[in-house]
Amino acid sequence: MEHITTPKVEQVKLLDRFSSRATAGTLYLTATHLLFIESNTAASEETWILHHHIAVVEKLSLTTSGCPLVIHCRNFRVVHFVIPRERDCHDIYSSLLLLRRPASYDDLYAFSYNPKQSEQQRAGGWQLIDLASEYERMGVPCDHWQLTDVNRNYKVCDTYPRDLFVPVSASKPIIVGSSKFRSKGRFPVLSYFYQEKKAAVCRCSQPLSGFSARCLEDEHMLQAISKANHNSRFMYVMDTRPKLNALANRAAGKGYENEDNYSNIRFQFVGIENIHVMRASLQKLLEVIGTKSLSMTDYFSGLESSGWLRHIKAVLDAAVILAKAVTVEGASVLVHCSDGWDRTAQVCSLGALLMDPFYRTIKGLMVLIEKDWISFGHKFADRCDQLDGDPKEVSPVFTQFLECVWQLTEQFPQAFQYNEWFLIQIHEHVHSCQFGNFLGNCQREREELRLKDKTYSLWQFLLNDQENYVNPVYQPGFSETHPVLEPSTLPFSFKFWRNMYHQFDRSMHPRQSVLKQVLSLKASNRDLEKAARALEAKLQKQGVFLSIAVDSKSKDPVHPVRPKSLILSAPLNCKEDEQKLSVCDRVRTVEGSSSAENGYNEEEEEPASFTKPEPTLVSLERGVARMTC
Amino acid sequence: MEFAELIKTPRVDNVVLHRPFMPRVEGTLCLTGHHLILSSRQDSNEELWLLHSNIDSIEKRFVGSLGTVIVKCKDLRIIQLDIPGMEECLNIASSIEALSTLDSVTLMYPFFYRPMFEVIEDGWNTFLPEQSFKQIESSTDEWRLSYVNKDFSVCPSYPPVLAVPKSIDDETIRKVATFRHAGRFPVLSYYHKKNGMVMMRSGQPLTGSNGRRCKEDEKLINATLRAGKRGYIIDTRSINVAQQAKARGGGFEVEAHYPQWRRIHKTIERSNILQESLIKLVEACNDQSHNMDRWLSKLEASNWLTNIKEILTTACLAAQCIDREGASVLVHGTEGTDSTLQVTSLAQIILDPTSRTIRGFESLVEREWLQAGHPFQQRCSQSAYSNSKPKWEAPVFLLFLDCVWQILRQFPCSFQFNEHFLILLFEHAYASQFGTFLGNNSFERRKLKLPQKTVSLWSWVNRPQDTERFLNPLFEANSLVIWPSVSPQSLLLWEGVFLRWNRSSKCLDEAYDEMIHIIEHNKELQSKVNTLRRQLAELETEDVQLETP
Repeated sequence: MEHITTPKVEQVKLLDRFSSRATAGTLYLTATHLLFIESNTAASEETWILHHHIAVVEKLSLTTSGCPLVIHCRNFRVVHFVIPRERDCHDIYSSLLLLRRPASYDDLYAFSYNPKQSEQQRAGGWQLIDLASEYERMGVPCDHWQLTDVNRNYKVCDTYPRDLFVPVSASKPIIVGSSKFRSKGRFPVLSYFYQEKKAAVCRCSQPLSGFSARCLEDEHMLQAISKANHNSRFMYVMDTRPKLNALANRAAGKGYENEDNYSNIRFQFVGIENIHVMRASLQKLLEVIGTKSLSMTDYFSGLESSGWLRHIKAVLDAAVILAKAVTVEGASVLVHCSDGWDRTAQVCSLGALLMDPFYRTIKGLMVLIEKDWISFGHKFADRCDQLDGDPKEVSPVFTQFLECVWQLTEQFPQAFQYNEWFLIQIHEHVHSCQFGNFLGNCQREREELRLKDKTYSLWQFLLNDQENYVNPVYQPGFSETHPVLEPSTLPFSFKFWRNMYHQFDRSMHPRQSVLKQVLSLKASNRDLEKAARALEAKLQKQGVFLSIAVDSKSKDPVHPVRPKSLILSAPLNCKEDEQKLSVCDRVRTVEGSSSAENGYNEEEEEPASFTKPEPTLVSLERGVARMTC
Repeated sequence: MEFAELIKTPRVDNVVLHRPFMPRVEGTLCLTGHHLILSSRQDSNEELWLLHSNIDSIEKRFVGSLGTVIVKCKDLRIIQLDIPGMEECLNIASSIEALSTLDSVTLMYPFFYRPMFEVIEDGWNTFLPEQSFKQIESSTDEWRLSYVNKDFSVCPSYPPVLAVPKSIDDETIRKVATFRHAGRFPVLSYYHKKNGMVMMRSGQPLTGSNGRRCKEDEKLINATLRAGKRGYIIDTRSINVAQQAKARGGGFEVEAHYPQWRRIHKTIERSNILQESLIKLVEACNDQSHNMDRWLSKLEASNWLTNIKEILTTACLAAQCIDREGASVLVHGTEGTDSTLQVTSLAQIILDPTSRTIRGFESLVEREWLQAGHPFQQRCSQSAYSNSKPKWEAPVFLLFLDCVWQILRQFPCSFQFNEHFLILLFEHAYASQFGTFLGNNSFERRKLKLPQKTVSLWSWVNRPQDTERFLNPLFEANSLVIWPSVSPQSLLLWEGVFLRWNRSSKCLDEAYDEMIHIIEHNKELQSKVNTLRRQLAELETEDVQLETP
């Protein structure tokens, strides 16, 4: 490629970020990756850095050992090379500057990535997620909600998808009128339908109300949404911005809904900060945690002053309010922020995740991301810095969503089918531009790019690797006992996500992973079950009717004649085995009920009570008697 | 009995009990000599048995004639009792206050407790010094057991039997003891089989401001060095604190007199600062009105995790000197009964796989804490809720347990025990029906005749049916040295202790049970497959036999 002048540099040192350890090796620059191969170790470890992952490249001033090159990646990898000759360093540096962010979409990795799949397989990957059937699963269309073709040609709103659900009573003129009163034409549409209470979560952008403007169609639109739900006399309008920001927007002819103009709405601010605050917050966080020999005090005060966990809490708080309004009060909620593609996407998707167990499955999370993020036009290209664009448009809004999901998985370890590696993988590929899913800013743009013809879908790739992303302690039955998650949002419930922000800093992590261990045990269980079945079949062929002995004590070394052992041991063992199996089944299927709960109660018991001597009454009397005498 | 006069009202009906994460219970409140009991008389689940010695402080409030007593426990739990009748409430409150602050050790519950289980193995005799020394003896003959302290006259806080270098006679030891704080002369703490290096601990040397020296002391610790090798002295105090100690007769080993030793100063905080740290941390954890910023700044201001980091770092340093540098180490602070023990015991957790088993850990607690003379009675008489000004109280042992938990979190498959075991030890160090943690040292324990009059915690824990609760299902014995990360991002708040009563752990516990189930299921399947294979093999050989004749 024309940008590469020096494809290979030898004698390069890779410095560890936190210790003073250094490894020597060779640096290669390819069209898609920067590659470092250790030279002195037998295993010769490789570090692959995708150009698109590079956020910042810094060339530091020359030292005696060479020229340092520091690379910060979007997946939170930070590498520090020392290149012996300054000219080589400069060549690499200038190549990377050009390679990391191409000027046009066509130069993104997704268009050259070839996993050697057939055309059919590729098409299959893109058909995996079907939003039409997702809406059907939610229960729309129904009496009150219908599909509208008003945006078929992206005429009303070019950042929305073609297929949108609106209240049956909202006519086309109302929709069009409402869209004209909303920023970027993003009029109120259905995001999630809570079938049980017929309550809807709708999303839109801010109204162009200025200081006093109103719009009858928009008022009708909200009324229609409110009326579509008979369970509640009113609907909530949730402005996810801090009140001050919304007020300031009025001066620019935008703003928020005036409760007096809309009948039966309850208006509420929830105070999530904007993309610029979030960008600065993450930057501060990364600065703090990247400090060498960080003290505990600096860590905590840095964590605090970065505000990162405060923002995560604000997002989750908003989602909890949303889920409560819908599931407890049975009210419909309209969510918006400024343009309705950042905070609105966060709150709507997390709210749905709390309300609907489907989104806690692997397939479900894919659907949720396709629906609330990709189809509704979260500007992935801008926010993730895919092309050489405005740095002020970059913001970790989607990262925050993934972190909120992770915080929930920590609180409800059995509620999610996926584990944190799944979330981290998604994060990796949102920035890798290796797959077509997240390219561009909206559906219209994606269609123009003909992504489905030219690139591959991430979801197929992830599903092929599914066993690594499964949460081994997931209980599908958990959703029956906890259809709606009610997480704690007390400050101490939020943790720093080390496995995300330090995913490449090996020294920070536990040396033994419980997740890996249990995953491999689960895999081994599957293999063993298979082996047991095969062995049983073989034995049956030999004329033995299931003589499985789970207890090893029944091993009897002397079996002189076959028929004898058959008669004697088989029926007995058989019975034992059945019992054992049924016990296992019971424990596994009646999750969360008796057996597990008893375990919990035992834990909660008095520490002193394990020696509790007699039944209550007797001991009470005796105790009193003993001390009075 | 003496308790009768302290109990003004032995029982009150219609008392309502509020506990964290449990439904309220209405029932009868009874006070006995050692317990506060509340029973609904219906279901044994709706019952509370609380040791008076577990009560850290109480508060009372009145609304009309309804009184409320808030009981704050040493295990950090807070419960509330609504008691009808002002007089009853006042009586109950003052009775609890009196019963929970008894002066005399011999009135404590362990002296009255009779076990409801059969003692198979008496825990009082399980970990005798002679026994643990046998292990060392099998790999080296450079050490011997000395009975110089058999009547506790040389060092009252040491046990009667101690391991010292073979070449040093008892007379020398007597002299060394006069040169070390409270007679705590250097003794063997750990022998690293891998390379024969040792870890010793002692009290500070009494050099005083005029730089006194003691040839016997130099001789004793030099006796542990290999020819041409240097050793490390790890002083758990900062150089400034160590300097100041000189004015009070203490001090540190100067290079001039100990040329073969390199001294390293670390900064582990002392008792009253640690107690304050605990109080602040618990306060932060209990206040649910905090916003995120306030929570983080309170957590920071408590300095708890700073202390954890410092202790772990020092322990890693000691372990590193021994394992990586191949040098012997002497650890001391001022008295050698607190930070010194944290360091020597944690270094063993890092270095010695045996100490990561249940038995091994019990033995470690016994050797490095109980026999080494950590003053449990003084340190654990009050916990985070005490209103009185702390004198000797300090969560030194709790910090040690927290550090072990941090390592356990980082090496979840390397420990035979689980978190519950550590929590159990925390609870019993502060309030217990067992005598194990009573008294401040072996001398006191002997005077109190604890082995004769009380039951040992180990007698109970080591019964197979009770040990089971504390087994880590992920444990796979490994003989490696385990180096924990001490970066702030790797250290966590120990939720199992500090948030235990503030957040429901139901979901986490169920997930843990599921994990155990997966592991158990794996074992069952494995033995099933093995049996089937064997059966098949037997059949096949029989077939061959039947066909061949």
